[in-house]
Amino acid sequence: MTFALVLEWLIKGFVWVLILLGGFAYLTYYERRALARIQVRIGPNRAGPLGLLQPIADAVKLIFKEEFMPTQADKLLFFLAPIVTLVPALVITAVVPFGPESEPLVLFGREINWYIADLNVGVLYIMSIASIAVYGIVLAGWSSNNKYAMLGGLRSSAQMISYELALGLSFIGVILLANSPRMLDIVEAQRTGWFVLLQPVGAAIFLIATLAEVNRAPFDMPEAEQELAAGYHSEYGGMKFALLFMAEYDKMIAICTIAATLFFGGYLGPDITQLPLVGQYLNWATPFMGPVYMFLKVFILLFGMIWVRATLPRIRYDRLMAFGWKILLPLSLALIFITAVGILLAEDVASLYRWGIPVVSLVAGSLAILGMYQTLRRKEHARA
Amino acid sequence: MDFTLILFYVVAGVAAATAVGLLFSRNAVYAALFLVLNFACVAVFYLLLGAPFIAMAQITVYAGAIMVLFLFVIMLLGAEKLPRGGILPWQRPLAIGAAAILLAEAGYLLVQRVQSAAVLPDPGSFENSVSSLQQMAYLLFTDYLLPFEVTSILLLVAMVGAIVLTRQAKGAQR
Repeated sequence: MTFALVLEWLIKGFVWVLILLGGFAYLTYYERRALARIQVRIGPNRAGPLGLLQPIADAVKLIFKEEFMPTQADKLLFFLAPIVTLVPALVITAVVPFGPESEPLVLFGREINWYIADLNVGVLYIMSIASIAVYGIVLAGWSSNNKYAMLGGLRSSAQMISYELALGLSFIGVILLANSPRMLDIVEAQRTGWFVLLQPVGAAIFLIATLAEVNRAPFDMPEAEQELAAGYHSEYGGMKFALLFMAEYDKMIAICTIAATLFFGGYLGPDITQLPLVGQYLNWATPFMGPVYMFLKVFILLFGMIWVRATLPRIRYDRLMAFGWKILLPLSLALIFITAVGILLAEDVASLYRWGIPVVSLVAGSLAILGMYQTLRRKEHARA
Repeated sequence: MDFTLILFYVVAGVAAATAVGLLFSRNAVYAALFLVLNFACVAVFYLLLGAPFIAMAQITVYAGAIMVLFLFVIMLLGAEKLPRGGILPWQRPLAIGAAAILLAEAGYLLVQRVQSAAVLPDPGSFENSVSSLQQMAYLLFTDYLLPFEVTSILLLVAMVGAIVLTRQAKGAQR
């Protein structure tokens, strides 16, 4: 372990945190503009051209707001909770690769890889950090010494534990397909086809479960305004609130990055040197295309999350729990079985059976939706 | 001095401090958080021993799932403040006796095996952990299949028991 290597890690980590900081600021802008468009409004358009300076104005406002502390709060934990919430959101993407190992960035004669850490158990690292992320919200809720905040914290812990199971099981399908829990192997295994094609229902479960994990609409029970004031962050203001806010949006970025890596081919994309006319002049750009494709995929996935927020109403709490335990969990267990059998048949009988995985899992997913419809649809006696 | 050795001493100090904090804090929430920190330290020890899979499982299962449930129950019951004297008066002398026996055993082993105890496995095995993960899974489903299945059935029994205990009897008044 040389000094230069430590310096490289430090710089890469610092740059990534800065990217997440800027990403948070402009994700709020993106969300407000996109939501406004969906609701037939214009959105923030006054600060700077197209309102592009709006995040900076918001940041200045939050910095200069008064810092207050409830007298009956648990001072230490009240102070620590926003930090404990933010740190997992920042470190969870450390194992995500942003470019192929074969095309490192060459800077000052030194080859720099497109990832911060190359863990052999990368997916498990993501799982373990995701399981720690709940503490911040729970502690914020408890230390505020406020009934609404407390209920928000309790709701979030129950919800996140429940959906973590479906989330972890949807990881297993990817590990089975890639035959490795290492992120680089998972991306390289998708050169023949993105896993979302082989495992469409698994990708859907992953996206739903992560929406619940980061407490986004329609699963934003911990901060359900109509019921709980602002939930776990009712008592927070100023920079402490800004940290909680940043944690929420950085978690959105993080899970979209992870979803892009696990199911949508990560940094893979069309080779730009094959473009007609201009392709031959673009050889220098190939090492930079990984991050560009990654950015595009994350951008599109983020739009999906904003779209969901604009479209779906908040789900009722008992139905949220029933959905997680009675539908997502059995369905993801069935998917693991289907994937494992499909891989075995593809290896031993004929490789065509590999495409039986998406077909059978789509059938299983349709059955789950049908079962949900049967239980949720309006009953005859309720119609009059 | 070796880097991993320095790391070990620092983390071991934190682990011991959090264990003491767990015992002596009078607030159940703080006690639970000290235990979480302690689990994290143990996970770092597993990493130092070249077992990243077990380290991640330690964090996911113990620090992530079990302790969140502990915290959940503590907060739900509002049982943050622990009583000063303790509820079971006979527990303290028994605990002191058991702790003395454990300390004596540990001290005896430390004196007896002071030469061989400090040998860590080859850190090179860390590089190879994907294959070691596969080996572990293979062992789990061949040599240790019976204990594995028995453990899972035990967990299933506990789960069914919890559901039976909390279920309301059909038609009964609350």
